[in-house]
Amino acid sequence: MAEGTLEVRIWRGGDEGSFGAYAVPARENQTVLDVVTEVQRRFEPSLAYRFSCRVGVCGSCAMTINGTPRWTCRTHVKRVAPEGRLTIEPLRNMKRVKDLACDMDGFLDKWASVGTFEGTATRADPPAALDPANPARQEVDAAIQCINCAVCYAACDVVAWDPHYLGPAALNRAWTLYNDARVADRGAVLESALQPGGCHTCHSHGACTEHCPVGLSPTASIAGLKRASLLSMLKGGRA
Amino acid sequence: MRRGPGWWAAMGHRLSGLALAAFLPLHFLMLGQALGGAEALESSLKIAALPLVKLAEFGLVVALAVHLAFGLRVLAIEFLPWPAKDGLRLRLVYLGLAATALVGIAFAVSVA
Ligand code: HEM
Ligand code: SF4
Ligand code: SF4
Ligand code: FES
Repeated sequence: MAEGTLEVRIWRGGDEGSFGAYAVPARENQTVLDVVTEVQRRFEPSLAYRFSCRVGVCGSCAMTINGTPRWTCRTHVKRVAPEGRLTIEPLRNMKRVKDLACDMDGFLDKWASVGTFEGTATRADPPAALDPANPARQEVDAAIQCINCAVCYAACDVVAWDPHYLGPAALNRAWTLYNDARVADRGAVLESALQPGGCHTCHSHGACTEHCPVGLSPTASIAGLKRASLLSMLKGGRA
Repeated sequence: MRRGPGWWAAMGHRLSGLALAAFLPLHFLMLGQALGGAEALESSLKIAALPLVKLAEFGLVVALAVHLAFGLRVLAIEFLPWPAKDGLRLRLVYLGLAATALVGIAFAVSVA
């Protein structure tokens, strides 16, 4: 497919807007982010989009490609559009600001609402010894590599139905804090995951897990929070 | 969103749950009517023999089978350990469909 032309449609505008159509040369080893960049450099200098690292680390480049949320910097055109037709839109479930950039505030506010890391150690203490074989630590390790790309948040139908739902990334974050032995008040973390719109709002549809580009399983993390909540209720605490 | 087997399973689970909620009361109402003595039983059996009622009972059994199978999958996702591969238990979607088909056929054969 190296020769020929890609038929590219890109969303222009905010929540109101329309698609612009562009003919972009097809190349070997071309990512969707390369295509967007080429459109901006050659045809449409005012096109707004986000990216930074270009290697799948920063989580800023996610968009909806032919209806599916993906990171664009590590998505090869060949893999997702063998026929050479691309429709590129901003991520779902967030307000569109301009073109491919959406307003991440809701997503990030929800992330912050499950709490930040607050430990017990002071700078006088030696570094905590974390045993990689410890089961709780293994739960953290399995979920910690989140790059905040919001692909899962865009993929989740429950987020689309219920704007108050915290969503997979925030709850996945809560699960890593809850299992971190260094966190001072793990009960408070569970409390915040149980707020209205918290873990029990999830229906285990698994769209987050199917779409997470780094292969995390937010569904598993949320199921863990649900079980922790059940245990806490059986012990007479909050459900 | 890409509509994979997990999405269809969730939709099937929801629709079958709603169908159960709508039709189980009718089903129980019919059972209750049959308890009013020999005559009541006789007329209930006649109603139960109507083709449309048989079809509705078939639908109820299939809906229950779908809902049970996909409900058990949700419980497996939430309560069983997560294997690195297929923690979403997508294979259970197909297994559930197969079990539902068996139940449906068995019911159809025994009632027809
Ligand atoms: C046969 C045993 C049953 C099992 C194992 C079962 C299991 C479940 C589970 C696990 C859920 C939660 C799904 C979710 O989180 O989205 C659920 C939802 C539901 N169930 Fe059942 N259930 C059973 C019987 C019934 C019956 C008899 C009815 C009808 C009266 C019913 C109606 C519903 C409805 C309406 C929902 C909501 C569906 C949704 O939100 O998508 N279920 N069931
Ligand atoms: S498993 Fe929960 S968080 Fe993930 S897509 Fe489904 S409903 Fe959303
Ligand atoms: S869980 Fe995965 S899809 Fe969701 S924000 Fe983190 S890296 Fe992205
Ligand atoms: S540009 Fe950083 S993840 Fe894609």
